[in-house]
Amino acid sequence: MKHIVKILGLLVTISAIWIGLLQASIVSSSYAWLLPVYLIILLGCYGLFMVGVGLMFFPTCPQESHLLQKDIAEAKDFLKRKGIDVNSD
Amino acid sequence: MEKNMYSIIIPTYNERLNIALVVYLVFKHLREFDFEIIIVDDSSPDGTQDIVKQLQLLYGEERILLRARKKKLGLGTAYCHGLKHASGDFVIIMDADLSHHPKYLPSFIRKQKETEASIVTGTRYVRGGGVHGWNLMRKLTSRGANVLAQTFLWPGVSDLTGSFRLYKKSVLEDVIGSVVSKGYVFQMEMIVRASRKGYHIEEVPITFVDRVYGTSKLGGSEIVEYLKGLIYLIFAT
Repeated sequence: MKHIVKILGLLVTISAIWIGLLQASIVSSSYAWLLPVYLIILLGCYGLFMVGVGLMFFPTCPQESHLLQKDIAEAKDFLKRKGIDVNSD
Repeated sequence: MEKNMYSIIIPTYNERLNIALVVYLVFKHLREFDFEIIIVDDSSPDGTQDIVKQLQLLYGEERILLRARKKKLGLGTAYCHGLKHASGDFVIIMDADLSHHPKYLPSFIRKQKETEASIVTGTRYVRGGGVHGWNLMRKLTSRGANVLAQTFLWPGVSDLTGSFRLYKKSVLEDVIGSVVSKGYVFQMEMIVRASRKGYHIEEVPITFVDRVYGTSKLGGSEIVEYLKGLIYLIFAT
């Protein structure tokens, strides 16, 4: 099943619930009509929130740069000893 | 216990210095494992192939395979080309520019053995992993792209565009045949298709030191390419 089909299925389910709510008048009519808008706003807020949280806790590794420099020096030294000339650029 | 053989495919273009460093580090960290390195060079003008030939003299031609191509042809086809010459039961793909550090190779192998996964993919976005060398803007676009992908694509992995991965050889052969995208969207399509086919995918944290980013910008065209790729994947996988 293609992913778009799954998404459409989800949308159809949500629409069915929405229409059901409109028909059954469990929620007041004016409010019910706006539910899809609220849902989209909620989705947008969720997305922004996730971006913010992710940015705050973005994993960084400053020490890795130093470790890498050490590894590079070790490798260059080995290669020089073995006569492989790489001419650092 | 049967011994597994790991074929490491490294596409190169103008990586004269880096490839020598990568090869040294691979040998340093994979001492207890049986492996071969397949270097797919697209006729680099900087003499990458000369260095590789010197490395072959040092480490042996059975361990370092140079499978060059006549011109710059792209990543996806480089993997296909390397795959044809791979004799291992597992294939590891990684970059030549040291953004993928060979010290993580044992953790990929260990994870695969523990979980019997078909694919082990490196992720930069979990605790234990990380990125160095990205400014706020770059992190923002990366995070935004990731949230979009998780919300709409449900890819099954935390790092979609990563290219540090271990595949069972048969799995790589199966998935690569159905991938059509180019560039980094290729990596996205690989992992999403594998996920859709139901392959067992595990992740290991990796650190990514970006020494290249300072010289190139993540511009509008990359963002457009990503969005197009995402939409394609939603409809085609």
